[in-house]
Amino acid sequence: MAKTLFDKLWDSHVVDRLEDGTCVLYIDRHLVHEVTSPQAFEGLRLAGRPVRRPDATIAVVDHNCPTDEDRRVAIKEEESRIQVETLEHNVAEFGVPYFPLQDIRQGIVHIIGPEQGISLPGMTIVCGDSHTSTHGAVGALAFGIGTSEVEHVLATQTLLQKPAKNMLVEVTGTLPAGVTAKDVVLAIIGKIGTAGGTGHVIEYAGEVIRGLDMAGRMTVCNMSIEAGARAGVIAPDETTFEYIRGRPFAPQGDAFDRAVEYWRTLPSDPGAQYDTVVRLDVSDLSPMVSWGTNPEAVLPIGATVPDPAAVEDEADQAQMRRMLDYMALTPGQRLTDIPIDVVFIGSCTNGRIEDIRAAARVVKGRHVAPGVRAMVVPGSGVVKQQAEQEGLDRILREAGFEWREAGCSMCLGMNPDRLKPGQRCASTSNRNFEGRQGQGGRTHLLSPAMAAAAAVTGHLTDVRELA
Amino acid sequence: MQPFTTLTAIAAPLPMANVDTDKIIPARFLKTIKRTGLGVHLFDALRYQGGEERPDFVLNQEPYRPAEILIAHENFGCGSSREHAPWALLDFGIRCVIAPGFADIFHNNCFKNGVLPVVLPRAVCDQLMDDARMGGNARLTVDLVRQVVVRPSGEEIAFKIDPFRRHLLLNGLDDIGQTMQRASAIAGFEAARTQSKPWWPGIQV
Repeated sequence: MAKTLFDKLWDSHVVDRLEDGTCVLYIDRHLVHEVTSPQAFEGLRLAGRPVRRPDATIAVVDHNCPTDEDRRVAIKEEESRIQVETLEHNVAEFGVPYFPLQDIRQGIVHIIGPEQGISLPGMTIVCGDSHTSTHGAVGALAFGIGTSEVEHVLATQTLLQKPAKNMLVEVTGTLPAGVTAKDVVLAIIGKIGTAGGTGHVIEYAGEVIRGLDMAGRMTVCNMSIEAGARAGVIAPDETTFEYIRGRPFAPQGDAFDRAVEYWRTLPSDPGAQYDTVVRLDVSDLSPMVSWGTNPEAVLPIGATVPDPAAVEDEADQAQMRRMLDYMALTPGQRLTDIPIDVVFIGSCTNGRIEDIRAAARVVKGRHVAPGVRAMVVPGSGVVKQQAEQEGLDRILREAGFEWREAGCSMCLGMNPDRLKPGQRCASTSNRNFEGRQGQGGRTHLLSPAMAAAAAVTGHLTDVRELA
Repeated sequence: MQPFTTLTAIAAPLPMANVDTDKIIPARFLKTIKRTGLGVHLFDALRYQGGEERPDFVLNQEPYRPAEILIAHENFGCGSSREHAPWALLDFGIRCVIAPGFADIFHNNCFKNGVLPVVLPRAVCDQLMDDARMGGNARLTVDLVRQVVVRPSGEEIAFKIDPFRRHLLLNGLDDIGQTMQRASAIAGFEAARTQSKPWWPGIQV
């Protein structure tokens, strides 16, 4: 029978099948960070269990760490410091490989996996973080898990799971200039909704996906969870293999060639069946921005704030009113008239070198608007170093941007980079939930180029009009 | 894990869709290295304003303060994978959430902690919310053994649940222990992998 990419990834990792169809699924890579692991290691300790495969595990700190230079000396916030120290104690006790804060390879867990060649095609990859779906861009089955499952993987290198349904999202047409992978995925979420992918693994396909570089593919897969999907996958191809070739933890030489031979067998077979198929032609797509407090509340930048009075369903109308109230927006207001206070470029969605290049292209020769705080936070130490070698940090600093150390930063309110109540942020991150970037903060999701454009004008802006 | 068999309790109506995990427990409270103590921060932004309770929030109202069942709308628990969300619910005293749909990871996490997520159609959830609004003596019963929710009127509503998960929940079983019994199958898988794909790399820092 013709199989999808997901079917192949799943079937090749089933260790055992229980009577009711639950599978014991083998896990090839387990990424561990400081926030969702302490209780899991504690569980192992109490039960006297070791980590079964330290050589399939990698730990790093990202959520809690400050992004200023002082962090090399000490993390000032006590609870954050304790969480980081707890991870360091745990990796030492259980023998888990670890990139400490001082290591150039430190960064956001979903940036460093592919960057180091740790995340490879054909693998199952898990992490106690929902944006693990990012790694699906290399052709792996990658998904987020809770802390009990983190403990389960540490102890057994497996998970108890039932197979997901297959969804195909085919993206066709030609991506217009100034429109990026971020706009594509925001449009997909806007189309299928925040629960549209529930119970499914989404395979992204079509000429537009094939034409994306790996960074763009990672941006798309990253936000699969925002559509409720368990994971997002993209078939590995020459773009994937060239990206992986030579990365530190990838197979080298002969081993690489043999690996590629296997990886070529992974794409979905012709005629493979999907439970759900969604098609999106992006030839007329505009840059997208979110206006509400969930990621399906998105519109093209040329649109106006929607009017709840035009919504029929009472519950939907109430939800829209609540969103507009929280976001302090008025129906009919043009999105391009929305002023912003803060610009955040970074996160596991858009913290790669390609994202920083895109921002730098827009701001070169321009300056951040008065009163706007603009920051760029590279996704890893390696990204930061590369950007500095290319002189991007200089362009951004001269334009008035802060240039910071790697971490999750202002994507979530867990470290010193937080919005103040009422502040409005143009953000390249992935979630616009109430309070996500800091209590009372307001988030507009958009692409790095669009965020850069907002920084220089001080309001949401169609980046194509700056060109 | 505490087994879940049957629960008769006050239910709190929360008629909101897309209740995300940041709403259930904001990220700034995830700095704990324990599983307990999060109940006080459950639904922080909905529940408190300037350090004071918001009187308009259901769990700040009588008779819902000791509620052990929560009824909500679509896509409950969407967003992050933080198990702190079910930990916070459990620490507050919520043992069962009834909704038309749950986000996958949250749904999984509930089962690992003895919290029962019950999926019922939107119209039924609305009916149960009306039941819950009847006041202090109106209790719902959630019977996992018979797979029914019993309304205050005595009417029974059947729900579906995965048999394996039901088994673990009814008996309070640790699923790591279950998987450990398959250690030889796991070792066999690893040996076959090493044989068929000797190039498969390990991680050494």
